[in-house]
Amino acid sequence: MPQLSDFHLFLVITLLKIVVVLVITLTAVAYTVLLERKVIGRIQNRWGPSRVGPFGLLQPLADGIKLFLKEDLMPLAVERPLFVISPMIALACALVSIAVVPFGAVHTVHGVDIFQIADINIGLLVILGITSIGVYGIALSGWSSNNKYSLLGSLRASAQVISYELALGLSLVGVVLRAGSLRLRDIVDSQSAHGLLSWNIIGGLQIVGFFIYLMAAYAETNRAPFDLPEAESELVAGYHTEYSSMKFAMFFMAEYANMITVSCVATLLFFGGATSPFGHMFDATGPAWLSMVMPVFWFVFKVFCFLFLYIWVRSTLPRFRYDQLMAFGWKFLLPLAMLNIIATSLALAYHG
Amino acid sequence: MALALFIIFGVLCVAGALNLLFQRHPINSALSLVVVMMALAVIYWTLGAEFLAAAQVIVYSGAIMVLFTFVIMLLNAGEEERTTGSKAAYFVGIPGVAGIIALLTYIFLHEKAALGYARLGGSLDTATSNISEISRVLFTDLLLPFEVTSILILVAILGAVVLARREQ
Repeated sequence: MPQLSDFHLFLVITLLKIVVVLVITLTAVAYTVLLERKVIGRIQNRWGPSRVGPFGLLQPLADGIKLFLKEDLMPLAVERPLFVISPMIALACALVSIAVVPFGAVHTVHGVDIFQIADINIGLLVILGITSIGVYGIALSGWSSNNKYSLLGSLRASAQVISYELALGLSLVGVVLRAGSLRLRDIVDSQSAHGLLSWNIIGGLQIVGFFIYLMAAYAETNRAPFDLPEAESELVAGYHTEYSSMKFAMFFMAEYANMITVSCVATLLFFGGATSPFGHMFDATGPAWLSMVMPVFWFVFKVFCFLFLYIWVRSTLPRFRYDQLMAFGWKFLLPLAMLNIIATSLALAYHG
Repeated sequence: MALALFIIFGVLCVAGALNLLFQRHPINSALSLVVVMMALAVIYWTLGAEFLAAAQVIVYSGAIMVLFTFVIMLLNAGEEERTTGSKAAYFVGIPGVAGIIALLTYIFLHEKAALGYARLGGSLDTATSNISEISRVLFTDLLLPFEVTSILILVAILGAVVLARREQ
């Protein structure tokens, strides 16, 4: 093998990281759908998908093939370029934000951290920024479909996402204040000292911030009980009514990828990211590869718990009414988030 | 690398701005503006102003322009019509734009030394955090302007609330 320069090595390793993370994320998206169908099936006292492969495990593959082979309908009255591009915007924004998520302990190969694609100083802001760009996918799809159900759905979605973005951003300020940085690695490191006890949700007393984040995140991803944009009882299917085949699949994947991103952020900010709940108790035991794999295991486990919670909530709670949704966001979550910031900064000023 | 990014996004920015002017449909114009703002954010980032870049994306592309598109969708604005009514635009507009560009070019070239030089990608390799620098300046030297601006924005919010509650 010829000697590669540092830049080429960096490029090759980064491209490899991107491909691996993308493949894993898309697989995770596919299997989150299966998990949702299985879990909701069990909660509603039925089996869920069980025919394709053992325990229905090949169902995502069958769904993918079906969606690829379906006819791609293009209604006559749509705004063609925007109609085509909006599912791409939605999916791209949902997938890009995973790039700044550190999903393991720092482990460098040739000077490149292999458990995070991009380690940037403002990682948290990048995630928030990309999430706020994702609104365009939904807003434009509804408008360009030239269909009143789609338009209503997309107007609801954009209003809801903009409203809850405030509460979401403010709920994270407490964590940022404690860590003193927007870099996700710093935020994770700030809670890694004593395992479970130093996580922001327990040791950092950010439990209020966590619940505000959790509720705002459900609304941000347009999931039950805040799934008004696609309320099937009133709006057919909301903003993606006119979409078929892979364009519909892109919206579907974007929704689940957003769920994964939101779960990753909750894990990183409130549950210590890739750190073990036992702190450094078992650091010295076991072979070297274990200390590399265990953080990834903990991270994936925490994200899985969040995804399970998402599904559990969806199958348990009924949908909000629209005015209730807005009142809840603006009159309850937003003031509460501000109170949380004031309390956290007062406590920090008193102790620090 | 930084130079390549600068060229790509500079061209994208100018192309977006031109497209904004030439598009007939307001929603296409609004989307071109979003492209301009995103490209500007990348240029800020290549100059090392990462916080500014993120704020640009979150505030302008993510909030303000979403409201713009929202309003355009709600009002159901159609394509604009070409009118020959405004002769003033030809006689005042084009010389005016040329004058402003000439003035700005003159000032930038004349005050070159005082304005200083930006280094492409120069500040990115340092470990200093943008945010701590900005907040230090904002809460020490520029505290009064900062607070005055926040009061101004608060007044605007109160005004919006009063206008929205008028019917009661």
